[in-house]
Amino acid sequence: MGSYIVKRLSLTVPLLFIISLLTFVLINLSPLDPAVVVLQAQEIPEITDELIAETRAELGMDKPFIIQYLNWALDCLRLDFGDSYVTGETVWSSIAPAFLNTLKLTFVSSVCIIVLSIALGVICALREGKIADRSIRGISFFLTAMPSYWLASIMIWYFSVKLDLLPTSGMDSYKSYILPVIVITVSYAGIYFRTVRSSMISNLNEDYVLYGRASGLSEKKITMHILRNSLQVAISIFCMAIPIILGSTVVIENVFAWPGLGRLSVKSILSRDFPIIQAYVLILAAAFVAFNTFSDIVNAAMNPKLRKDI
Amino acid sequence: MNILEVEHLKLWDANRNKVIIHNSSFHLKQGSCLAIVGESGSGKSVTCRAIMRLNKAWIRQSGDILFKGENLNHLTEKEMRKRRGKNLCLILQNGMRAFDPSCVVGVHLKETLAEHFGWSKSETEQRMKKAMESVMLKDPLEIMNKYPHQLSGGMLQRVMIALAIVLEPDIIIADEPTTALDTISQYEVVEQFTKLRERWGCSMIFISHDLGVVKKVADDVLVMKDGVIVERGNIHAVFSEAKHEYTNYLVSSRLALSSRFKKIMGEEM
Repeated sequence: MGSYIVKRLSLTVPLLFIISLLTFVLINLSPLDPAVVVLQAQEIPEITDELIAETRAELGMDKPFIIQYLNWALDCLRLDFGDSYVTGETVWSSIAPAFLNTLKLTFVSSVCIIVLSIALGVICALREGKIADRSIRGISFFLTAMPSYWLASIMIWYFSVKLDLLPTSGMDSYKSYILPVIVITVSYAGIYFRTVRSSMISNLNEDYVLYGRASGLSEKKITMHILRNSLQVAISIFCMAIPIILGSTVVIENVFAWPGLGRLSVKSILSRDFPIIQAYVLILAAAFVAFNTFSDIVNAAMNPKLRKDI
Repeated sequence: MNILEVEHLKLWDANRNKVIIHNSSFHLKQGSCLAIVGESGSGKSVTCRAIMRLNKAWIRQSGDILFKGENLNHLTEKEMRKRRGKNLCLILQNGMRAFDPSCVVGVHLKETLAEHFGWSKSETEQRMKKAMESVMLKDPLEIMNKYPHQLSGGMLQRVMIALAIVLEPDIIIADEPTTALDTISQYEVVEQFTKLRERWGCSMIFISHDLGVVKKVADDVLVMKDGVIVERGNIHAVFSEAKHEYTNYLVSSRLALSSRFKKIMGEEM
């Protein structure tokens, strides 16, 4: 198991290298000259060619492309993502608190999604075809089909405006979490509980369940065996879901004015603040790699067959 | 004396409203081996699972299943669970799939023995070791620490037999235990079954469609076709003078196969 973890972790190094290279190349493919963006942001009335050349030198853009990349990548390793073109402050100082806020929202939502998906999936699988199973699937289908921004608006109108129970936006107290978490949970749990359900149903028909029953094992023990095997699929999906939620909070954060990464990224895209966009893409991609690796390791711990396949 | 008497067993699929077994009655004598033969879908497995009440929820059953005079059909689920494994022990066809793939084989053995006898880990290991050695499994402790995919089908089959030896059940129900095995493992497993009978004298129901194996292990035989028992009796009687044409067909096709085999072998030698 130890050697598996080492091998799996070493695979992430080339992956992270490729991601960083792609991020850098794609941003640099933009037709806009960063130097012009910086000068425009500083509201300089007359942008001369001289000024542009000067700024380019300041940003290190007169050097060869590969040197530029290496400088940037090495700085990123020290969590130095450069300075914002617009505010002039370091990217880290604006992205770190926003990232933390998004992480808080993602964490609370993910816990709700995972708990709800497993609970509903198990209930539906054990009552396959019965009323509980059918009604849960029906309701979840209805809720998942609703666009999250629409559901969010309806909930703000009802709970915050009409009943005045919860804040409409911002991040002030635990109450601010309730609405965004519900909206995110509703749109994802409805998808993920189906995976848990179908995986459990296919395990229920396995021979080891029959043999366990035939050996006189208690239903509780048998259910634990079924869960252990069915959750393997679910765990990898959950681990991949966390970065997806992290990235897709853009909509929710804008609706609820959550001071997170999603809002910051939209703001930066509109003002063409390249260093922040670059850092945002890189952080999200690294999160994907990290969670994917984590899910592989957890799965290998649960499923002995996977350990040798590397 | 009969250890098991099945009277008017009827099984039907409640979802599709289809009768699977119409009206089966048979008995198993103490210490004897009853073989059930027939093609796939003839109702062999479903009959045996009905005895253990292990069929899917939508397969309903009626009739009497008397085990030592006690009607298993009337027991509560909890009482029935105590009989499973301890009194009635099932051995499945595919050893590879009979054990939880994400646990080592020993986990199932320990859980089963803890459930029925409350034995500790070391006691389980000690008893299993003895039983596994008796079915020719070398390094029992190592096998118990292996995952199912690391062992062969024949080995897992013998682990199941070893568990049955430790459980000392009144009846062993073997559901096509040799079908998924290659010829050599098949031979070894059949050997263990005959030994099991000689040494422990336990009663057995042996489902198979391999008449050669059946002839080696069983005393009596039931021939099933489309959910109906078409022929029954002593194994030699049934094999030599079958009354039903289906049995005749089974026996003659087996003879045709083996005579051709013998002829080829004779010519080459």
